[in-house]
Amino acid sequence: MPFVTSSKTKPQYDVIIVGSGAGGGMSAYVLALSGVKVLMLEAGRNYDPVKEPAMFQTPAQAPLRAAATPDKHFGFHDATVDGGWTNPGEPYMTRRSDKPADTYHEAKDWVAFGSKQEWIWWRPRMLGGRTNHWGRIALRMGPYDFKPKSRDGLGLDWPLNYEDLAPYYDKVESLIGVWGTNEGLENTPDSPNNSLLPAPRPRVPEMLIKKQAAKLGIPVIPSHMAITSRKINGQRVAKLLHPDDPAAQKLSADATNARQACFWATPCGRGCSIKANYQSTTVHLPPALASGNLDIVTDAMVREVSVDENGKATGVYYVDKTTKQDVHVQGRIVILAASGCESARILLNSKSARFPYGLANSSGNVGRYLMDTVGAGLTGQIPALENLPAFNDEGAGGSMHSYVPWWLYKDQLAGKLGFARGYHIEIGTGRQMPGAASMSLIDDLSQGAYGKRYKEEARRYYGSTIHLAGRGEMIPNDNSYCEVDPDKKDAWGIPVLRFKFKWSEHEIKQAAHMHATFKELIETMGGKVLGTPQSNGNKAIYPGGGIIHEVGTTCMGADPKATVLNSHCQAWDVKNLFVTDGGPFVSNADKNPTLSIMALAWRTCDYVMAEMKKGNI
Amino acid sequence: MNAPESPRLSRREAIQWVFAASASVALMHQQTFAEDAVVVTAKPYGTDPLLNHDYKPGELWPLTLSAEQRRTVTALCDLIIPADDRSPAASAVGVPDFIDEWISAPYPIQQTDRVVVLDGLKWLEAECQKRFSKGFADLSLEQQTQVADDIAWLPKVKPEHKAGAQFFSVFRNLTSSGFYTTPAGLKDIGFVGNVALTKFPDAPKEVLEKLGLV
Repeated sequence: MPFVTSSKTKPQYDVIIVGSGAGGGMSAYVLALSGVKVLMLEAGRNYDPVKEPAMFQTPAQAPLRAAATPDKHFGFHDATVDGGWTNPGEPYMTRRSDKPADTYHEAKDWVAFGSKQEWIWWRPRMLGGRTNHWGRIALRMGPYDFKPKSRDGLGLDWPLNYEDLAPYYDKVESLIGVWGTNEGLENTPDSPNNSLLPAPRPRVPEMLIKKQAAKLGIPVIPSHMAITSRKINGQRVAKLLHPDDPAAQKLSADATNARQACFWATPCGRGCSIKANYQSTTVHLPPALASGNLDIVTDAMVREVSVDENGKATGVYYVDKTTKQDVHVQGRIVILAASGCESARILLNSKSARFPYGLANSSGNVGRYLMDTVGAGLTGQIPALENLPAFNDEGAGGSMHSYVPWWLYKDQLAGKLGFARGYHIEIGTGRQMPGAASMSLIDDLSQGAYGKRYKEEARRYYGSTIHLAGRGEMIPNDNSYCEVDPDKKDAWGIPVLRFKFKWSEHEIKQAAHMHATFKELIETMGGKVLGTPQSNGNKAIYPGGGIIHEVGTTCMGADPKATVLNSHCQAWDVKNLFVTDGGPFVSNADKNPTLSIMALAWRTCDYVMAEMKKGNI
Repeated sequence: MNAPESPRLSRREAIQWVFAASASVALMHQQTFAEDAVVVTAKPYGTDPLLNHDYKPGELWPLTLSAEQRRTVTALCDLIIPADDRSPAASAVGVPDFIDEWISAPYPIQQTDRVVVLDGLKWLEAECQKRFSKGFADLSLEQQTQVADDIAWLPKVKPEHKAGAQFFSVFRNLTSSGFYTTPAGLKDIGFVGNVALTKFPDAPKEVLEKLGLV
């Protein structure tokens, strides 16, 4: 079962899933393998993850040496189709720091850092969504991360504990393939049930960082990445995941066995023809399609969830972008996984006499508590790394092999830091394939070399820089939200979102702390900071949305009056409506959200199946 | 994050060295040149171009440089990256074609650089005529070096050479971008990779020893 056009959909589905990324893909996998009939709607075009990636193409084979342009924001060979910080035909409005406070402006920026937009919204339009370009960093949230308010009085607590989600982290890690190690560090959970693949050796500069960072008490440990460091045994994993279901086991095992081990080259963000990294189109969708229980319509821009006179969801309306027709499809259950803000937009646009403020919005909190990740970074040049002999240190996917988990829990508890919540450090190092302008540093480092000296300086400095990127927790606040713009519509006639976004003092101080730490670390390595460490966090921090971790717009909770979803990501107001993207997040721990989105989605779909069997939905 | 910011980095913040700043080239100079602000009207490649294809300069949009300008560009590229015992000169691996492609592209950064490069070439020719009564390409290496030394390092140039230095900085970065992305440039610099391996190789003992990591 297959990719279908609007005219070939069935009269009725058990479940309609909006979105095909981490949340939608995970949901389709669980439900289709459980035997229910699923329709998935994707706003972008179909995408072939085997044939389309330009894995080994060099920058010299691309226009402009593959430099980023307003058409391809992450560079020419990035897998993203029709997407980025701006999307043709799909405007959004945002406040800007350089304009009067109460005014909204159409978003135009295609470079995040330095943007004056309060929010910068990255959207792909392709099958697999953001799983095509994401960094494959797959970190578990820890026990503290579920109860942040109980710990420091700020923000909100989740309506579940780490223990509730831990079995699902085990399952997701086993299915998608995550390398890593168990280090037994505070609030940095181990994976005790043998769900991790072996971590590769650190890159050489990471080894040097680890040695020097130890002097500062900063731990450097293997990263957790959704990349197959060795081939996964499909049968073994399938038995664990689907113990009583031979049919599901076969589907899952066949799909897993079609994946190869990483071959330690080419950036993951270009896609992976050998299916070594996790992306929805190579891990979740193939077995779901093979089950015969999944139909997918692409180019389907969902605008509204339909409801009956009892307030139950009956399906969705979408605009078929290929025919420009408005289409209605019916489903017993609707799952939104369109991304935090896009799902909020669909709910807010689903207005009726019964739901005048949008669907599932009796709390008024749809679109509220919008969060991103705190981001700030510094680059250092390390003389010890100059003039190394040529050797292969490329590794997996351009991704880090080592990282620094948040390490200052005790200092924070003792009140020494002046801000709440922590960050981890992502490490970028050296001997990767140069692209356009990679050598522009030589201007400064060599003070204007040209001629033979330029070539010598290039040999000297290549591979001698490290980049440290902080990724920190944001606490939800009342000043950060999206809502439907009263006037503006997109090319499909659907009202667009407008954004207001503000960091609190905690995030701003955290960004300054990042810069101070990075400076200290670079200097401890005997290196020199390139660029300016900022003591004012406002000058270090990325604009909201810049790290592309939008979460929190349909938050879950224990109180129907204050939250949109219950602890099963089920809408309080509409019991056959669920959300499985980042929207349900109640906080945004420093751990990158994708793994948690998948774990939550799996848990939600187990609940959906159980409730369906009981006849409750 | 990094001083020169690229959109690629703004997401992954990967490695300054690797991806740094396509945008930086344009950001480095203030708009000193005003002439020749020819607006390129060719069609951009769009948000869904074919990725698995070997593109050649001139394939997507018409090129700009006249034969005379190309001669100057070639000479300047090779002054910046000349042949030595490890790798060829910039012009031997198509860098002038890349620079022409860059300044002919229908995107804002490239159109900004276009003005800088075209006006800079004009300035360079005029300067060489003034000093030596010859065009840049016809000067001896010694004479070329004399001009280049005056504009090679922006923070230290005389006020009258500021515009020339801004041009030189942009041009040098374009030459470098063009060269170190070719197979010859990658080899010169010691990049080893972009090949499928069955195992991520151990770090060489020599490297670990040098770094005190053994």
